[in-house]
Amino acid sequence: MIKTKMFGEYRDVGNPRTVAKVYDAQKADELIFLDITATDEKRTLLLDIVRAVAEECFMPLTVGGGIRDLNGARELLQRGADKVAINTAAVERPEFITELSDALGRSTVVASIDFKKNPEGVPEVFTRRGTQPTGLSPVAWAREVEKRGAGEVLLTSIDREGTMTGYDLEMVSAVSDAVGIPVIAHGGVGTIQDLVDGIIRGKASAVSAASIFHFTDQSIFKAHSHMRQAGLPVRR
Amino acid sequence: MTTVIDYKLGNLFSVAKALELLGEEVLVSGDPNDLRRADRLVLPGVGAFPQGMRNLEGAGLIDVLREEVLVKKKPFLGICLGMQLTAARGFEHEERSGLGWIDGEVRLISAQSANLKVPHIGWNDVSAKEDSRLFRGIRPNSDFYFVHSYALHCAQEADVAAVTHYGEEIVAAVEHENIYAVQFHPEKSQEAGQQLLENFLRHA
Repeated sequence: MIKTKMFGEYRDVGNPRTVAKVYDAQKADELIFLDITATDEKRTLLLDIVRAVAEECFMPLTVGGGIRDLNGARELLQRGADKVAINTAAVERPEFITELSDALGRSTVVASIDFKKNPEGVPEVFTRRGTQPTGLSPVAWAREVEKRGAGEVLLTSIDREGTMTGYDLEMVSAVSDAVGIPVIAHGGVGTIQDLVDGIIRGKASAVSAASIFHFTDQSIFKAHSHMRQAGLPVRR
Repeated sequence: MTTVIDYKLGNLFSVAKALELLGEEVLVSGDPNDLRRADRLVLPGVGAFPQGMRNLEGAGLIDVLREEVLVKKKPFLGICLGMQLTAARGFEHEERSGLGWIDGEVRLISAQSANLKVPHIGWNDVSAKEDSRLFRGIRPNSDFYFVHSYALHCAQEADVAAVTHYGEEIVAAVEHENIYAVQFHPEKSQEAGQQLLENFLRHA
């Protein structure tokens, strides 16, 4: 149920290998690594992180950030990643989703969709770390990525991310209802109750959080416990 | 020595690492000779059934596998796609023969209710038969990590070693003489997964 997402310069939250070990010990369900500063030079950073984490942790690992071609994706999978997340590359060339899906298997491909309200106040998909408008509605784009072969959608509210004010439940449920593939909600978790809301009210298949685990004393143990008490089938 | 078969599909690194941590000497290879000199074989894999069979054929591994597993009876563990390929037939994208070691067919999971998404991704609890060798000593109904859209339907109930539920009953593991296979990823299922791999190494 719970995926923790790490992003940015790894120095900000600590050595990834160590942090990953902590999450592993706390029994996070899955780990997502997104290198938001990804450029071609930074490609090796992600590869090294994946290798380091995969050596210590035997938990599902999704990685993303600047993946633009099949070989780049393959390299990461060979180092120990289980799934690859693509964002900008998918919008700029939707056939890429299908290429990855056909070559690697649908369940290996995660379509990462970032959205925020545009100047007109309408939620719109943005690429390039929230800087590039696409003219796409999150629901329409989610339907498209599913059609093209994505196995999961990682839906991130740029407006909510880091604010700890709760998920954008309206959009999470709209997207969850629109597609038959699992949707992972991300962006805004401030309390453990937000995680419960993401599943029950947002109808997401999985909930993801970062800040709450990095910057507060909430733990994955507590999160699982609270979710279990709310009647959700989390693992023991 | 265990050879983790490299047929260019799947996360080979984690499987190899998990086995190494259990003290096993591991070779990751697609070379038929490395399969011949192994004591045990592991076929991992994530991807589509037809692609899996094509890759095995392309690498010239089908005959070697038949020889080592069916004739020499070496312990064999299939993981995820590796399990599905042991089936007689697969229906992903097109109808295709598998290795034919387990009497059964690979079909798309049917999402019984609108709430069930496909692929089946995430942790799910597995219940194993009492006499299962793979699940020896593992707490009943432990969770393992699944990520798949297709599942193996066994024609022989005796081959089924463990099941999970996702709208329908899904075969989680099969055991047939020296052939073992699991739909989930033991190398991603933390303690329970490590225990299962250890059981394969020691008791298969």
